[in-house]
Amino acid sequence: MGAAHSASEEVRELEGKTGFSSDQIEQLHRRFKQLSGDQPTIRKENFNNVPDLELNPIRSKIVRAFFDNRNLRKGPSGLADEINFEDFLTIMSYFRPIDTTMGEEQVELSRKEKLRFLFHMYDSDSDGRITLEEYRNVVEELLSGNPHIEKESARSIADGAMMEAASVCVGQMEPDQVYEGITFEDFLKARCSGSRL
Amino acid sequence: MWGLRARGPGGGLLLALVLGGLLWTGGVEVEPGGAHGESQGFQVVTFEWAHVQDPYVIALWVLVASLAKIGFHLSHKVTSVVPESALLIVLGLVLGGIVWAADHIASFTLTPTVFFFYLLPPIVLDAGYFMPNRLFFGNLGTILLYAVVGTVWNAATTGLSLYGVFLSGLMGDLQIGLLDFLLFGSLIAAVDPVAVLAVFEEVHVNEVLFIIVFGESLLNDAVTVVLYNVFESFVSLGGDNVTGVDCVKGIVSFFVVSLGGTLVGVIFAFLLSLVTRFTKHVRIIEPGFVFVISYLSYLTSEMLSLSAILAITFCGICCQKYVKANISEQSATTVRYTMKMLASGAETIIFMFLGISAVNPFIWTWNTAFVLLTLVFISVYRAIGVVLQTWLLNRYRMVQLEPIDQVVLSYGGLRGAVAFALVVLLDGEKVKEKNLFVSTTIIVVFFTVIFQGLTIKPLVQWLKVKRSEHREPRLNEKLHGRAFDHILSAIEDISGQIGHNYLRDKWSHFDRKFLSRVLMRRSAQKSRDQILNVFHELNLKDAISYVAEGERRGSLAFIRSPSTDNMVNVDFTPRSSTVEASVSYLLRENVSAVCLDMQSLQQRRRSIRDTEDMVTHHTLQQYLYKPRQEYKHLYSRHELTPTEDEKQDREIFHRTMRKRLESFKSAKLGLNQKKAAKMYKRERAQKRRNSSIPNGKLPTEIPVQNFTIKEKDLELSDTEEPPNYDEMSGGIEFLAGVTKDTASDSPAGIDNPVFSPDEALDRSLLARVPPWLSPGETVVPSQRARTQIPLSPGTFRRLTPFRLSSKSVDSFLQADGPEERAPAAKPESTHM
Repeated sequence: MGAAHSASEEVRELEGKTGFSSDQIEQLHRRFKQLSGDQPTIRKENFNNVPDLELNPIRSKIVRAFFDNRNLRKGPSGLADEINFEDFLTIMSYFRPIDTTMGEEQVELSRKEKLRFLFHMYDSDSDGRITLEEYRNVVEELLSGNPHIEKESARSIADGAMMEAASVCVGQMEPDQVYEGITFEDFLKARCSGSRL
Repeated sequence: MWGLRARGPGGGLLLALVLGGLLWTGGVEVEPGGAHGESQGFQVVTFEWAHVQDPYVIALWVLVASLAKIGFHLSHKVTSVVPESALLIVLGLVLGGIVWAADHIASFTLTPTVFFFYLLPPIVLDAGYFMPNRLFFGNLGTILLYAVVGTVWNAATTGLSLYGVFLSGLMGDLQIGLLDFLLFGSLIAAVDPVAVLAVFEEVHVNEVLFIIVFGESLLNDAVTVVLYNVFESFVSLGGDNVTGVDCVKGIVSFFVVSLGGTLVGVIFAFLLSLVTRFTKHVRIIEPGFVFVISYLSYLTSEMLSLSAILAITFCGICCQKYVKANISEQSATTVRYTMKMLASGAETIIFMFLGISAVNPFIWTWNTAFVLLTLVFISVYRAIGVVLQTWLLNRYRMVQLEPIDQVVLSYGGLRGAVAFALVVLLDGEKVKEKNLFVSTTIIVVFFTVIFQGLTIKPLVQWLKVKRSEHREPRLNEKLHGRAFDHILSAIEDISGQIGHNYLRDKWSHFDRKFLSRVLMRRSAQKSRDQILNVFHELNLKDAISYVAEGERRGSLAFIRSPSTDNMVNVDFTPRSSTVEASVSYLLRENVSAVCLDMQSLQQRRRSIRDTEDMVTHHTLQQYLYKPRQEYKHLYSRHELTPTEDEKQDREIFHRTMRKRLESFKSAKLGLNQKKAAKMYKRERAQKRRNSSIPNGKLPTEIPVQNFTIKEKDLELSDTEEPPNYDEMSGGIEFLAGVTKDTASDSPAGIDNPVFSPDEALDRSLLARVPPWLSPGETVVPSQRARTQIPLSPGTFRRLTPFRLSSKSVDSFLQADGPEERAPAAKPESTHM
C-alpha cells in the first residue's frame, strides 16, 4: 500500500515536471523498462535494441542527445553515461504534443525548446556555436541515407547553408569579418525569419 | 472601369457574331460552292463547310473562350473581385442567348461524354500531378472523412429533407419518389473539384485549408459515383424491388470502386514511371507519355466502372516524383506548361459551356419550393456536417481547425460541372422529373460558383483567415526540417509508438530502397534529394540574379570575360593547405555531383586533352560579338538542340557557384592570413612571369594600361593593406569591399581574366589569342562592370526573385512549396 502510494506520488511529481499525463507516463515507463531490460537506467547500448532506429541516418546523434547534459538540464556540457526514467521523460517531454489549452506563449516556448534540442544536437562540442565542421558533420550524416550522394556534395551543401546563415544573420559582411559559427540566436534567425515559426 | 469591363464580353460578343455568321453560312450551304457548282468541270476553289464543320466549331469555341479570358484580364479590377469562373458563366449565358436567338435550338451544350472524356481528365490530372504530396498525405485522414462521410451525409440529409418537404405538399404535385430524391441528393452533394480549384486558386487561403477542401472534392468522386449508380439502378428497379442484398452490394461496390480506382491509378503510375526511365533517346516525345498513360488510367478505370477521377488523381500523385526525376528539365517544363494549359483551357470551356447550356427553354422546369429548398438544404447541411466532423477531427488533429476555418470549409463547398454532367446523364424515362433536377442543378451550380465564389474572397478577408504565403526555400530550413523529421521518427521508434512520422519514415525508406531503384534513372537517383534540389535552386537563383544585376548595370562584359573556368577546375594542382584542397575538391564536386551535367563534364574532359584548342575555341565563342538573334535554321522533328542560352546559363551557374564557395571559404572560414599572403605572392610571381611576354603582344592600349595600373595597385596594397590578402583568393566578397573603397580597379574582380589568381596558368594560353580577336572592350571587362556590381552573397541574393511561371503555375508552386516546409512549421506534430 505504502509503495503504491509513493509510486503515484512519484508519478504526480513527474507529471508536474514534464507535463505528461499519468497515462502517458505509465506507457513510457513500460517502454523504458522494455528498453533498459528492467534496469533502473538506460545506457547507450540499450538503444541498439530498437530495430526501427537502425534505418535512421542520424541515429547516433539522436541517441547522443538523450545523454546530453544540456538536454537533461543538468549542466552546460558533457554527456551522461546513463539516464534514469526521469531523464528519459525529460527528453521525451521536448516532443510532447502541444495542448490545445496552451497559451500562445507556451507554444512559442515549446517550439523554442525543440529548436534548442536540435541546436544542441548540431553543436556537438557544446561551445554554443555550430561551427562549419559541426554543420558538415550533421549534413553528411543526414544525407548518408542516400548512397548516391558523395561526402563532398554534402559538405558543399553544408557550406552553402552556413553561408546562407551568415548572410541572414550578419547581413553584409565586412571584408575582414570572419563568421565563426551559428549561435543559437542566429540559429533561430536563420530558421525562422520570414517563416511562421 | 465599367467601360473596361464591358469590353471583355464585348469582344466575345463580336466573335460570337462572326461565329454565328459562319454557322449560318454553313447551315445553308451557300454561295461560293453553289455558284461554281453549276459548271461541272474542275473547280479551283470549293467551299466545303460541312467537311470541316465539327473541328472548326470546336476550335472556334476554344478560341472564343480563350479570347474571353484575355478580355477579362484587361481589367485587373474586375478579375480581382469577380472570379473568372463566374465571368465565364455569364459570358456563356450571353453567348448561349445569341446562339439561341440565331437558331432557336440549343445546338451547343455541355454533353456528359465531352465533359467526362475530354474536359475533366486534364483538370484532375493536373491536380494530381501537382499535388503537394506531403501536405495531402499528412491530412489524408481528414480529407477522407470529409470526402466519404461528409458526402454521404450531404446526400442523405439533402435527399431525405427534400422528400420530407415533398410529403408535406409544399412542392405541389410531382411524379417523384423517395429514391429519386436520394438520387438527386447524391449528385448534388459532392463538392466539385473544378469549381473549388477555380475559386480557391484566387482566394489563397492557407495550404491546410486548401488541401482539405480540394482533396475532399477530388476524393469524394468515388462516393458520388457509387451513390449515383446505386440510386440510379434502384430507381430503374423500382422502389419496391430493392432488397437488403442490393444495399449491401451498394456498400461493397463503394469499396471496390474507390480502392479499385486507386489501384488502377497506382498501377498506371508505376508503368508511367517505368517508361519514363527509358526515354533518354526520345526526349522529344517524353512529355507525351505522361499525358497518354495517365489518360489511359482514366479510361481504364472508366471501362472497369471504377472511379476514374480517383484513378487519374492517384496516377498523378504517385508518378510525379519519379517522372519529374526521370525526364529532362525541358520535358518537365513542357509537361508543366502543357498540363496547365490543358487544365486551364478545359476549365474555361467547362464554365463557358455551363453558361451556354443553361440557355435552353426546353430543360427549364421551375419549382420555387424545390429550388430554394435545395439551396437552403445543401448550404445548411454542409455547414452542420462540417461542424460535426471537425469536432470529431479536432480531437485527433495536431493542427486544429478553428471555427473560422470551418466557416470557409462550409462556404467553400462549391458544386459544379460534375453535378451538371451527372444530372444530364439521367434517363428521362425512368426519372420523371429529370428536367426539374437539371434546372435545379444549374441554379445550384450558378449560385455556388457565382454568388459564393464572389463572396468568398471578402469573407476570407473579413474573417482574417490565415493566408498562404510564399517564401523562398532556405537551405537551413530544409536541413533542419529533415533533421527534425528524423528526430521525430526516432522518438516514435524509441517510445514505441506507430505514428505518422513512423509511417512516413518507413515509406521513404522503402521508396529509396526499392521503388526509386526500379523507377528512376541512375543519374536521377543521385540528384533527387530535396536538400540537393534546394541547394541547386538557390544557386541557380543567385546565378540568375547575378546576371540580371549585370544587365541592369548595363554590361554583361563580366560574364563574357575570358575566365576559362572549366579549365581551372581541371587544373587542380595539389595544394599545400588542407583548406584549399577541400575547396578545390568541393568545386569539382559541384560540377559533378550537384549539377550532374554530362555535357559540361565532357567539356571538361575534353579540355584536359587539348586545353589550347579549347581556349581558342572558347575565346572565339566568347569574344566575337554575337548578333542578338542567332538561330540555327536547322529543322529537326526529333531533336531540340540545346540553345546557346542554356549553355551560358550553365556556365554562369558554375561560375557563380565557384565564386560563392571561394568567397565563403576566404571570408568566412577565416583563411589563415599568412597562408593567403603566401599564396598570393606565389601567384603574383607566376603572373609576372607569364604576363611579361603576352602583354607585349596585345596591341590594344587599354587593357595594357589597365594591367599596369592594376599591377601598381597590387604593389600598393601589398605594402599598405595587408588584411586584404585575405580576400585575394575570393572574388565576390572582396569586390564588395572594393566597391566601398571606390578603388578604380580591383585586382580580384569578378572575372577579371588577367587577375583571377587561380587562372595564372591559363593566362599564358589566353594571351595567345590573336590580337584581332581581342578588342579592349571585351577582353577586359569594363571598369564599370567590374566595380559597380556589388556581388557578395549578402547583396545579390534574391534581389530579384526569379519567377517564370504564369499565375496558375505559380499558385501551384505555392501549394507545392509548403509541402516540405510543413515539418519545419510544425515540429510539434509528433504523436506520443
